[in-house]
Amino acid sequence: MHYAGGRMENIMERALVLAASAIGAGLAMIAGIGPGIGEGFAVGKACEAIGRQPESSGAVTRTMFIGCAVAESTGIYAFVVALILMFINPFLGKL
Amino acid sequence: MKVPEFLSGSHEVQIGGPKIVFHFDVFGIRINVTETIIISWAILIALTLLVLFLTHNMQKKPVKKRQIIAEYLVGMVDNLIKNTMGKKFKSFGPYIAALFASSIFGSLVSLVGLRSVTADYSTTLCWALMTFIMIETAKIKTSGIGGYLKQFINPLNIVSEVSTPVSMSFRHFGNVAGGMIITSLVYFALTGLSNAIGLAVPVFTVGIPAVLSLYFDLFSGFMQAFIFIMLTMIYIESACSTE
Repeated sequence: MHYAGGRMENIMERALVLAASAIGAGLAMIAGIGPGIGEGFAVGKACEAIGRQPESSGAVTRTMFIGCAVAESTGIYAFVVALILMFINPFLGKL
Repeated sequence: MKVPEFLSGSHEVQIGGPKIVFHFDVFGIRINVTETIIISWAILIALTLLVLFLTHNMQKKPVKKRQIIAEYLVGMVDNLIKNTMGKKFKSFGPYIAALFASSIFGSLVSLVGLRSVTADYSTTLCWALMTFIMIETAKIKTSGIGGYLKQFINPLNIVSEVSTPVSMSFRHFGNVAGGMIITSLVYFALTGLSNAIGLAVPVFTVGIPAVLSLYFDLFSGFMQAFIFIMLTMIYIESACSTE
């Protein structure tokens, strides 16, 4: 009876860690809002600039892409955390 | 009908680190040789042979096509450095060009089926640490040891210093590794879809991942390599300028 109880607790612990990791991965991706808003704003400004001066469209587009890739980085950090939690869950090893 | 091994598609999502091909011990320390190291060496040797081929038998007035290509590439790199950093940094040309070539070829090998070199955090961390050491050296050269240490009285400066290599390496790694994971998930889903309909050979995996890899491999690899070298140049230039 004691042994059966011990094994059950191990499954409960594992289930708890897995559930918490899944919820954590989902919460981490809320950080996807930031780059969406920021880059949308940047592209809007780029469109304005091209509308005002069409011959600068090459330079404006290049700068916009560079700015978007840098602004994307916080979204990528959250993505990496979510992927680590989902696939290479380090918390299971500590059980 | 019996489907050969390579046509049966992917039945499990393989997401993890690079495979360890072999290992050897030196002085009791175990050194793992992973796929990343072998592919990096292959890219290195291929790039060296390419460069040797392009610059073989150069003449003062270019006659062969390959010398014109070589001069065009060098001119492009020099222009980029002149526009970003200014004329006095011309000696950074080889480092920037080598970094860009390693990064873009390291990401583009995933088009031929190998695992991207830059999808391994060690690679991008190494490049970011090289840039970090160059930035600190430039700062020490510009303002001396005293001036360099005086800026750390404000603890926020320590955070911004440490965050430079961390953010550079994670940006590059996250984009490439995330693309690799999404592509493998798409392959897995398309294989499952083909099997659910009843086909033994996964025909859905033929065209769609190629369209996705236009963004994840070509565009993302090129943009991340370009951003990495642009940030390197901007940080080094701002570290060398006396303000």
